[in-house]
Amino acid sequence: MSSPALILLLLFMGIPILLTFGLSFTNTRLISPNPPAFIGLDNFVRAFAHDPTFIRSLLNTAFFAVVVVPCQSLLALALAVLVNQKVTGVTVFRTMIFMPVVTSMVVVSILWSFFYEDDGLFNSVLNTLTGGGWTAVAWLNDPGTAMPAIIILSVWQGVGLHMIIWLSGLQGIDPALYEAADLDGVNGWQRFRYVTWPGLHSTMVFILVTITIAALGLFVQVDVMTSGGPQDATSTLVYHAVRKGYREQDMGYGSAISLIFFLAVLTISLIQRRLTRDKD
Amino acid sequence: MLINRRTFIGISAGAAVAATLAACSSQAGSGSGGSSSGGITLWTHNGGNTEELGVVKEAVDAFNQANPDTPVTLKDFPQESYNDAIAAAAVSGDLPDILDLDGPIMPNWAWAGYLAPLNISAELENAIIDSAKGYWNDTLYSVGPYDTSLCFLGRKSAFDAAGIPIPTIDKPWTGQEFDDALAKLSALEEYDVAIDFSNADGAEWWPYGYAPMLQSFGGDLIDRETFATADGFLNNDKAIAWGTWFQSCFAKGYASQTPSTDGQDFLQGRVPLYYAGGWKVLQSQEAFGQDEVLILPPVDFGEGAHVGGGSWQWGVSSTSSNPEAANKFIELLMQDEYLVKYSNAIGNFPSVESATPKTNYYGEGKPLEKVYEIGKQYALLRPATPGYKVISSIFDKAARDIVSGADVKTTLDQAVKDIDADIVSNNGYKAP
Repeated sequence: MSSPALILLLLFMGIPILLTFGLSFTNTRLISPNPPAFIGLDNFVRAFAHDPTFIRSLLNTAFFAVVVVPCQSLLALALAVLVNQKVTGVTVFRTMIFMPVVTSMVVVSILWSFFYEDDGLFNSVLNTLTGGGWTAVAWLNDPGTAMPAIIILSVWQGVGLHMIIWLSGLQGIDPALYEAADLDGVNGWQRFRYVTWPGLHSTMVFILVTITIAALGLFVQVDVMTSGGPQDATSTLVYHAVRKGYREQDMGYGSAISLIFFLAVLTISLIQRRLTRDKD
Repeated sequence: MLINRRTFIGISAGAAVAATLAACSSQAGSGSGGSSSGGITLWTHNGGNTEELGVVKEAVDAFNQANPDTPVTLKDFPQESYNDAIAAAAVSGDLPDILDLDGPIMPNWAWAGYLAPLNISAELENAIIDSAKGYWNDTLYSVGPYDTSLCFLGRKSAFDAAGIPIPTIDKPWTGQEFDDALAKLSALEEYDVAIDFSNADGAEWWPYGYAPMLQSFGGDLIDRETFATADGFLNNDKAIAWGTWFQSCFAKGYASQTPSTDGQDFLQGRVPLYYAGGWKVLQSQEAFGQDEVLILPPVDFGEGAHVGGGSWQWGVSSTSSNPEAANKFIELLMQDEYLVKYSNAIGNFPSVESATPKTNYYGEGKPLEKVYEIGKQYALLRPATPGYKVISSIFDKAARDIVSGADVKTTLDQAVKDIDADIVSNNGYKAP
């Protein structure tokens, strides 16, 4: 029964992964008359010893994930608790928060690029608020602000989806538990800490793993908004792999970067599973 | 029922796999689609660009009427995905007979063996201007029906108000004069900044637009004699002087790091000077009137003024089953008749001089005359090496870093290191 799925998985996931694994030990080019040759670990040495952009991409990716994973999941939880009230018009808020999720990331990125311009929305607002005292910042062109700018946009775009997932978790909690807690005379925080939070455990694991994997794969925003710049401040592993492997036609090196990325994601996912399982 | 459903799913999955495999193998197998019937195929990048596509279609129709045995089948792609389509087709051995390609990419494809040398009449070859011919390894692989030129577009009223003398094509600005002009223009109240360098553009623009300035300073992307190293060219003192100067234009506030795309800052009157090319002149003249728009030559920063040359060109694939017919089609397309139509349709100048006077925009006293003269006098091709795609990508990144304030020397040294590593890993891009 599962054979069709397995065949497709093998064709479109298994084989490419194996190919990546094999290519990363060669100097294969996308377009070249020279036959590929086996070069051992050269690509990996090059990445860690001679390619500062790779190291920077590694750190950027880690930084992005470390900030985005807690911020996005907690913000989504807060929003979910807020819109989990039985108030008229709450659906409107849910829809509004969910709207960015159904918008294409490319569209969102282009729009936000305008917001971040010298004379864009953010500078105008800050200028108005400070009564003209604000000096315009080219958010995406300053190495210090480019990554935070992308982080804010990414959280804004992704938070709606995870809010909905938290919400489904919240609504799966038995109301009888809340009634019992009320009888025991709990305050708001205690209710959240001892009833809501334990009830959300499996939702939490799911959200943590999906946000982490999505965050590590950061690519579209960078490709559309900054091309990895300025000064590598927003270059990520996936972006660097695409730039080297495809745009600069160095498939062998691009594969090596992809392989490193694959191993990093695998390790982090395994650690997360381990940590969240221990709590059971 | 259950068994039926299982069987059904099994069959459809089997069919899906078979279809996928068939698709893969057919891509690898057939050299050039449609060639079995005697016809030849043509791919072009101007899908969605109705004016330019119209010219190609007219030529195809004329060719097909004259050569009913070898009809040309045309397939158009949008420009954004065209290079990807070609690269994918090339890797899977499915190239068309005739294709158009961006000039600087040509050596890469010729080196990889995807292109066949062109075989057009010597008379035609001699008539075509240099910047529209693609030579690699002393062999002609591509010719283009048109070219265009970079230029500065200026607002005459702003120049008058700021008291800036207007440079002529024979006597372009020096670096010092250009800096003075920028300083004076940025002092004008009614404009946001002095110049839009078009730095909102992506892809090939940065090397196309800014490498000529680097060359004018005395640096270059690579050693043009050997194509073996960028060391001492992209990171020599003059290249560093270029980087420092370019960075200062943004640091001093002469130019914005985030201008609007597509020249809107200039067209809407927020910027008095605009670094672009022939393709923006008509639109600007429409907005402000022909007299108000100055068409200015590139700046001579010490080692001569330069603009980039080379636009879209036509080539024949090495897998073509009928290269004679393909070459014949290209010869037809390069007749004055179509060159004039091209020029009138898209505003570039024809690559054969005899066609120039017949166009709407080029020739004595016509609106784009100066664009042609600038191109003719100052065009310098991008380095014709198979490694250009990598050089282009690395230079793009380095120039962006410099604009955003990176240390110029460190950035250029790293760029040189990356370019040289790529050349070494490709055995020097020697012809096979």
